[in-house]
Amino acid sequence: MHAYPRWKAWLILITLVVSVMAAAPNITSVPSWWPSSLSKPMNLGLDLKGGIHLVVDVDVDVAVSTRVEEEIGTVRSVLRSNKIRYSKLDAKGGTIIVALKKSDELSKAQKLIEDALPKYTSELDGNRLHFVVTDAEAKEIKHNAVEQSIEVIRHRIDALGTTEPVIIRQGERRILVQIPGFDDSAAAKALIGRTAILEFKLVDEKGDLDKALQGDIPPGDIIVYGKEEIRGGKPFKQPYLLKKRTELSGSLIADARVSIDSRNSEYAVTLKFNSKGARIFDKLTKAHVGERFAIILEGKVNSAPVIRERISGGTAQITGSFSPEEARNLSIVLRAGALPAPVKVVEERSIGPSLGQDSIDQGFNSIMIGSIFVLIFMLVYYRLFGLVANIALIFNMILLVAAMSMIGATLTLPGMAGIVLTIGMAVDANVLIFERIREELHIGKTPLAAIDSGYGKAFLTIVDANITTLIAAIVLFQFGTGPVKGFAVTLSVGIIASMFTAIMVTRAIIAYSTAKRDRIEKLSI
Amino acid sequence: MQLINPNSNIDFLGKRKIALGLSTLLLIISLLALIPGIRGLNFGIDFTGGTLVEVQFKQAPSISDVRAAIKPVGYEQAIIQEFGSPEEILIRVQNKEAEDSSSISNAILDSLKSHFGAENIDMRRVEFVGPQVGEELTQAGISAVIIAMLAILIYVTMRFEFRFAVGADAALMHDIIIVLGVFAITGNEFSLPVVAALLAVIGYSLNDTIVVFDRIRENLEANRKLKHPEDEVKVCNDSVNQTLSRTLMTSFTTLLVVLALFFLGGEVIHGFAFALLVGILVGTYSSIYVASPVMLQLKGLLQTSEEDLKEMDARP
Repeated sequence: MHAYPRWKAWLILITLVVSVMAAAPNITSVPSWWPSSLSKPMNLGLDLKGGIHLVVDVDVDVAVSTRVEEEIGTVRSVLRSNKIRYSKLDAKGGTIIVALKKSDELSKAQKLIEDALPKYTSELDGNRLHFVVTDAEAKEIKHNAVEQSIEVIRHRIDALGTTEPVIIRQGERRILVQIPGFDDSAAAKALIGRTAILEFKLVDEKGDLDKALQGDIPPGDIIVYGKEEIRGGKPFKQPYLLKKRTELSGSLIADARVSIDSRNSEYAVTLKFNSKGARIFDKLTKAHVGERFAIILEGKVNSAPVIRERISGGTAQITGSFSPEEARNLSIVLRAGALPAPVKVVEERSIGPSLGQDSIDQGFNSIMIGSIFVLIFMLVYYRLFGLVANIALIFNMILLVAAMSMIGATLTLPGMAGIVLTIGMAVDANVLIFERIREELHIGKTPLAAIDSGYGKAFLTIVDANITTLIAAIVLFQFGTGPVKGFAVTLSVGIIASMFTAIMVTRAIIAYSTAKRDRIEKLSI
Repeated sequence: MQLINPNSNIDFLGKRKIALGLSTLLLIISLLALIPGIRGLNFGIDFTGGTLVEVQFKQAPSISDVRAAIKPVGYEQAIIQEFGSPEEILIRVQNKEAEDSSSISNAILDSLKSHFGAENIDMRRVEFVGPQVGEELTQAGISAVIIAMLAILIYVTMRFEFRFAVGADAALMHDIIIVLGVFAITGNEFSLPVVAALLAVIGYSLNDTIVVFDRIRENLEANRKLKHPEDEVKVCNDSVNQTLSRTLMTSFTTLLVVLALFFLGGEVIHGFAFALLVGILVGTYSSIYVASPVMLQLKGLLQTSEEDLKEMDARP
């Protein structure tokens, strides 16, 4: 007891200095010579900072079927170049279905297509060939779809000009989007949720639209509707009979900017194609002067202007009585590129800036008032020993803040509640020790012996009791989401810190304050 | 200062029949209250899915005015309530089936802005939980509680004995059911943070139980070395008495801080603080009156058999 180990004293001292240094950036700005690993303040969670928190689900199954549909072109060219005639060529889900005119060519076609589509398994179903995308390939497509979506969304969010947005994958097919300090949730959702798929298709000028609307669609054509508008007091969507084939798509866009349509001074978006896009556009406009081509945005015909002359500059304009806001958003999403699959917001937890600040204030108040209550109570109940416990408790708070800052943990409102709870529970270790010392005194031990056995006997109990709480906190961390996770973090860090301060620090203080005296008649406990 | 008499010898376990009755009664009331048809839990949107919009008004509006404002966009069925103060209004709407519900909040905010004027309204919070996410969060919540209990069962079995572990888990179940029951009866919203609070209660209640168990184990070991061991019930009762001062002290300091949280922490974590408050009270009670009696009921390994007694008699 008298000879308190030197190394322990040093350990405590060093921990104290380091944690004070690491906690400092949370209160004040630190000088430039401050060690960089100790210069970061705690991250504040969105519930304290305010901002938009969205979880976006990527419909990866659509990404797979889209990709499979694209492979129809591959199959078609294989069959054509080998002069095999087909009666049906279609894709459904993850399967390409091929039916041939002559059934004796089935095995030859199967072999050829297999070679062209190595990531598909083929099977013969009566007179039809089925090519099913393999699980590994489907998984790969899904994975890429989410990765691409993250990239696209990042570009779109960056265009908002906010600081430090977080866009990360969450689980298999979800993306977490956090935009701190931004509170226009509608704008954020509108920007993220758009697929921004842009296609150019030719209008079938020879086809009969009325007949097609009755179900008699010419082969190779589709009907696509325009945006809903009010015509004669009723909602109306203009139908168009288009060639199925997509001549040009948004993926060939190099740039998109808001512009003013010179004819009617309305807001418009001017597209600039990349060199490949410009070449295709040039050829297309040259070959189809006098016909109309439809600009299809997200599955709806935006407009179908007549090609008046060959356009070789590689620019095109999208009009549609846009508001300035709409034109701006459209230019952003076209520039950032299309999403590989539709996305849907499945969870939102957005916090306005005023609530965030209120939560910080309220959390801080609870921590202060809670601490003051506990400090006073410990002092009154255990007197000098209470004072020692209080010093340890303050050390514990500093250590907790320091550890949170150093590991880059995020402080949330439930996390602040975790700190409050830690205060209540941190003194528990000291209560256990002090009660034990009192007991030992009561059965007649000398003060120093009572201190020794009090610490000794209470130690294992403290460890057992804290580990169980730690188990609950770890489970919570595993299953919790968002702010709730912050509670698990502060609780765990607080428990670990409290074991150090309540056991080692109090012991050291008591050891040093009793060391000078040989005999102690009475303890102030 | 000392509030608990160090010689306290309250016959806690002698009253375990009464405690058993009380606990059974509380459990039955809680379980009945948890039946959806009778009262059921007031699940928040974390579990049911739906949209929640919290708005602060410059001047306190009437609920009916708010309802009128959101009627044009079709949400007159919304649950509208004050949240902490008359200026603060909480609007809750269920998910629409087979439709993208993520923009409901925008429609509500827009209609409020046009009705009351954008400058009179401050968006405080928007939460939207899609139907699938709601299901997932429910699953995660249930898994978390079950896994925490299992992990604790394993740990306590390792450190103590199986029957101690069962006693500890019985006390935990007791606490959780009663906290849930109180939530059902008071109609407080049951949200994700409340599940977090439940896990904290599990940790806390167990902390208490472990301290008592630790002392029981210590005393049982000391007792076994005696020639004429005392009755196990008496050993347990002494242990509860010896740790009583600590149990109450820790509960008290924890209650102090939780009360600070309850009154000062703000409306957002009110339910969370409430769950902790109830949990700590019940947890303190259960570590005295539930954990040890259940453990004693499961007499087995630690019970001193006739042969053990003979063997001990034979010791020098």
